[in-house]
Parts: sequence; C-alpha cells; structure tokens
Amino acid sequence: MKSATPLLAAAALMAILSTSPIAAEQSILLQSTTSTKNSGFYDHILPLFKAETGITVHVVAVGSGQAIKNARNCDADVLLVHAKADEENFVAKGFGVKRHRLMYNDFIIVGPAADPAKINTLKDAPAALIRIAQTKTLFVSRGDTSGTHKKEQTLWRSAGINVIAASGKWYRETGSGMGATLNAAVAMGAYALTDRATWIAFKNKQGFNIHVEGDKALLNQYGIILVNKARCPTTKTNAGQRFIDWLTSPTGQAAIQGFRRNGQQLFFPNAAKN
Amino acid sequence: MQDFTQAFVLAFELVFSGDADLIEIIVLSLRVSLTAMVVACVLGLPLGAILAITRFPGRGPALVVLNALMGLPPVVVGLIVYLHLSRAGPMGSFGLLYTPTAMIIAQVILIMPIIAALSRQVLEDLNNEYAEQFRSLSVPRHAAIQALIWDARFSLMTVALAGFGRAIAEVGAVIIVGGNIDHLTRVMTTAIALETSKGDLPLALALGLVLLTIAFAVNAAVMSLRLTTGRYANV
Amino acid sequence: MSEPGRSSLLPLHTKGLTLDYDGARYINAIDLTLQTEKLTVVMGPNGAGKSLLLRLLHGLIPPTMGQVCWNNIPMSDAIRQRQAMVFQRPVLLRRSVAANIDFVLGIKGEAKRDRRDEILDNVGLLDFARQPARSLSVGEQQRLALARALATEPEVLFLDEPTASLDPASVLAIEQIVTRAHQNGTRIIFVTHELGQARRLADEVVFLHRGQLTEHSSASTFFNDPTSEAAKAYLEGRILL
Repeated sequence: MKSATPLLAAAALMAILSTSPIAAEQSILLQSTTSTKNSGFYDHILPLFKAETGITVHVVAVGSGQAIKNARNCDADVLLVHAKADEENFVAKGFGVKRHRLMYNDFIIVGPAADPAKINTLKDAPAALIRIAQTKTLFVSRGDTSGTHKKEQTLWRSAGINVIAASGKWYRETGSGMGATLNAAVAMGAYALTDRATWIAFKNKQGFNIHVEGDKALLNQYGIILVNKARCPTTKTNAGQRFIDWLTSPTGQAAIQGFRRNGQQLFFPNAAKN
Repeated sequence: MQDFTQAFVLAFELVFSGDADLIEIIVLSLRVSLTAMVVACVLGLPLGAILAITRFPGRGPALVVLNALMGLPPVVVGLIVYLHLSRAGPMGSFGLLYTPTAMIIAQVILIMPIIAALSRQVLEDLNNEYAEQFRSLSVPRHAAIQALIWDARFSLMTVALAGFGRAIAEVGAVIIVGGNIDHLTRVMTTAIALETSKGDLPLALALGLVLLTIAFAVNAAVMSLRLTTGRYANV
Repeated sequence: MSEPGRSSLLPLHTKGLTLDYDGARYINAIDLTLQTEKLTVVMGPNGAGKSLLLRLLHGLIPPTMGQVCWNNIPMSDAIRQRQAMVFQRPVLLRRSVAANIDFVLGIKGEAKRDRRDEILDNVGLLDFARQPARSLSVGEQQRLALARALATEPEVLFLDEPTASLDPASVLAIEQIVTRAHQNGTRIIFVTHELGQARRLADEVVFLHRGQLTEHSSASTFFNDPTSEAAKAYLEGRILL
C-alpha cells in the first residue's frame, strides 16, 4: 500500500492536468501594442464586444514592429498598431486586406520634475530634443522598432540630430516595452517619449511630469487591419471583420470615447466613414 | 521600502480575497509547469538512467552537452519554439502557438536537460552500488533501469522539483510562445512582467510573493510525502 | 537442483585463467577442476585473489586470458542465470524485506506470495517482512541477501566472505543456511580466510597465494598434511611474502 501512494498521486495529478479548460468558443487573435494593453484599453473594450457578438478576442501585446512581424507569420487574425508607414506597407505587400483609421491620442515627452534640460517651456518637440542633445541630458529610448520608437526616430531626424552616435552615452536604448522603458527613465532620471495612454495608466511615476505636449508632430494614430486570407489561409476572416466593423461603427467609437483612466480620456476615436 | 510593505499587504489581500482572475492564473501556472515537469520526467529519467548505466563511445561529450543544456536561456528556447509553432513555421498547421500546450512544450525543452543530467548523477551513484549484484542476478537492462529509478525515487523527487522550480519561475520562454493572453495563457511570471511594465511595482511584487508561496507549498507537499513514505530510502 | 533432462553445470574446468589489470597480474594461469556435490572452500591470505577468482567463475568480469567452462560449455549469460552470488557486503534494494525477495521472484515470473513467505521463514526473517531491508542488522541483512540468492534456485552458489564482519550468532545462522542448501543439492563455492569456518564447512579446499593456485585437496588432506609451502605457512599463522 505504502509503495503505491506516490504512483497514485502521480496518476491523480496526470488526470487533473490533462483536462483542458479551453472551450471551443469563437475567438480571434489580435496582435497589438503594449500601449493599448497596458493602459487597460482592452479590459474596457473587449467585454463590450463579446457581450454583443459572443466573440472572444485574444490579445498579444508587443511592440508594433514585432506585432507586424508576427502577423506576417500568420500568427494573427487582426492587427491593431500605431506605425502608419509600416501598416501601409503591410497592406501593399498583400498581408493585410485594408488599413482602417481607428483612433488617436498623442505622444508626450516626460522627465524628472527638476527638468534639467529646461524644455518645459517649449511647445515644439524637435526643439526640445535639440536642447536635450545640446545639454547631453539622459534620454531613454525604446530602441525596439515599436510605433513609439519609430515616431521618436522621426522626431530626432527632423531635429537634425544623429542619436546613434550618442547611443550608450546620454542616449540609452532599452530594447524593451514602453512600461519597462518608463521604469528605466524614472530610475535614471532621464527624459523619454511615451504615448499618453501608457503614461496616464503608469503607476511608477515618482514625481515625473509631462514637459512637452500638444505639438502636431506628436500625433499618435492607431490603425486596424484584417490579415489577408489569401496570404494566411487560417485567418478567421468573418470574426475578424466583425471586430473591425464593430470598432469603427458608432457603437465601437462611442466605447472608445467612453474609456477613461483617472478621469481622463485616453483614446480619441476618428474612424473614417467608408 | 514602502513598496515592500505595500506588497506584503497586497499579497495577503490577493490570496485571501480569492480573486477569480488570480486563481485562474495560479491554476494555469501550476497546470503548465506541473505538466511540463511530468513530461520532462517521463522523457528525462529514462535518458538519465541510460546515460548512467551504459558506456558508449562519445558518452563523455554527450554528458558535457547535456550538462551545458541545463543553462539553456529561456528566451532562446521560446524563440525556437515560436519559430516552429508559428503558422508560418514547420508545425504551424497544428495551431499551437499562444496556447498552454505551446508553453508546456517550451518548458519541457527547458527543464528536460536538468532532469536528465541530475538524474543521471543520482542513478549513476546508485548503479555503482547495484551493478554487480544486478549482473549476478542477470537483471535485464530495462528491469535494472526501473529498479534504479524506483529505488532512487526520493532523490529523483528533488530532481523533479528542481525542474519544476525552473519551469514555474521562468518568463522568457512562456511570454514568447504563450503571448501573455488574458484568460488563456497568462501565468504568474508573465502577469508579474505585465504589472512591472505598467509600473505597478507593489502589485508585481505581491504576485511575486504569491508565486514564492506556491513554490514553497509544492516543495512542502513533496517533503511531507517523503517523510511519510520515504523511510525505505533513508536507511 | 538441476532439473531432469537438463545437463548439470558441473564439472567446472578452468584453463590458464588469468586476470591482468593496469599492468599487474592478479590471477595467474589457474587450471582448476571442480566436481559435483562437494562443498568447496576457497582460502588464502588477503590479496591472494579469492574474490577475483569467484567473480571470474561467476562471469562478473571477463578473464584477460584463459577460459571458464561449465560442463565443457564456455561461461555465458545463460550459465550465470543458473548461479547466484552473495557478496561480502550485502547489496539490498531500498525496499522492504519482502520486496527484496519479490524482486528476484518477479524475474523468474513465479506465483510468489507463499513462496516468498516460505523463503523468509527459512532464514528466520518472516517477522521482518514489512520492514525496510536496510533497517535490519548487518547479520540479518546478510541472511536476507543469502535468502534472495537462494530464491533464484541456483545450481551453483558463490559466497564471498559473507560472514567477514558478523557476530558469532549471525555467522552460525549463515553457516546453517549454507549447509542446508548444500544438503539440498546446491553446489557451494565459499570464500573465507577464517580457518575455523573452513574446517567447519569444507569438503575440499582450494588454496590461493598471490594469484596462483598452490593447493587443491580434500579438507582432511589440506588441514592435516598440506603440500605447498604457502599453505603450511598460512595454517601455522606465519607470514610468507
């Protein structure tokens, strides 16, 4: 009897473990960004969508660059990212059916309350970056080909500064998500470019403030794309299209409008009427 | 330091409130890592036993490779599994990416070398004691392997726990192949990573404490099993 | 205990049996013939090669040169399956006393419960059947090892100084079991360096000195009128280098 106990325990364990809890319900896979996920956007939106359609949306949150790459590998039904040029390229190459404008918010430059580079008074983002570069104040970059990283590179280019030369000195690339990068910036007392949604939801601010906002160059536009069945035969076209249709419909746009954190609206719906 | 106090309070609240989401995450963590441990043992123990009792050309290099594989970086394992399970990959048609099964596969690859290498050491020591007697009794090889594994079962439980500990604590592999999808593939470690990236450090730390408690509970359970049924091994 | 219709393992012949290891010669060209029905005691001082000779005869190690033939058939796995060996230090499985017997009965595929109890009763260990084997005293452990060896119903039983570190009562118990097995037809080959034990058990003595067979004679001849200088010295308690 005694010697049988571990065997029985193992058998019982196997029996428990082998039962799968995943029911065969209708679901789609969404490749998206850390900014939308970390801000709690999907926790607000997806239950509303599911209540209306019964469709579960599984979200994988990575940088926009990685999300697009995963979708190219057919590991997605729908893509929701913020990197317009790459999204258009994705559709042009035949991986996506069509890019729909969905919503926007804006990027901001955050930094320590003391504002060592004195950029607080500037409204122009490239001008602020020039001052950071001139004073060689620490700046933390995503460095991960995400939508935010691409926007930041565009801003440095328009400021005429080659940050690659400063990489590892005052310009530091974390190669991580927005949250990890903000944690790093806070720990180093450095400036960083972030989307507003992540910043509002971010809890480890430790006295950091927004120093630059409101520049038109800081617009952050999100797009949504159905993965093309012609390239990826496993794509759940019907359910995926329903998700896109719903988000771009008045109901979905109102749901986006209604999402608030700390009393602030994080995303502004601007789907184009077809 | 205030974060630590806050984390302890939060961890307490989380555990005793019976939060449904947390329970789901804990159950999935255990399901994935315990399954990975069982599968890795089913594969790794016989491999360790064969390496323990056989002598063949190239055995030395094989042991070096096996021991080196104990240090496999989880991210690399995750990446390799991702490339295989991705729809565009060679095994994409099974649709396993972003499922608990994918996470189990990654963890099995990660801990199988640990279980094989450590059990090889345990079984080789025991075999040194048993080998001549077994040869005298003409015990067939498969029966000898069974007897070694059974007689070393309490040491091997510790080996299995080492594998389980590595599996349940790693984040690099499961976040790539599981995707940290809410209610589907979110486990303790990926939840901790997520809360950290949200900047909610006290919550992340509290989840870490819960994970530590789980690891402690599993180890205590095995230890008590060992104490109640293990007297054959201690003499 | 050979079954009818099955040829006996005996006689045993070795021809030029030699064992080298790391350039040293441990067993040196032994020619030995053992007939049926005797109880053979292998004697000699420490390092004479007694244990190695036993392992060669049982096929646990291969000889460097020469051959072991049982009834004119070279040593093989099939022959070893009809033999058993008890080692100086008992090697018991980390299981109960009963499970140690079951282990070998399982191999032989017998209906085993009654048989196991009979075997344990035979060596006075039935009351300990449920105990962990390794919690027994050393003497009891050796009795269990002996019982396990006999459970395989060997035609030849090798014993390698099985009582070397036991108390007198345990020694006596072991000797009684061995004598009974011998009476039941098991061919016994028993290594010891203890003169008293050899006198009590031996029908014939094989004497080794520095890896060589120096004397092989009946017990009475060996103890009363040894021919080799080495055996004489050993019996008189002199040290011969």
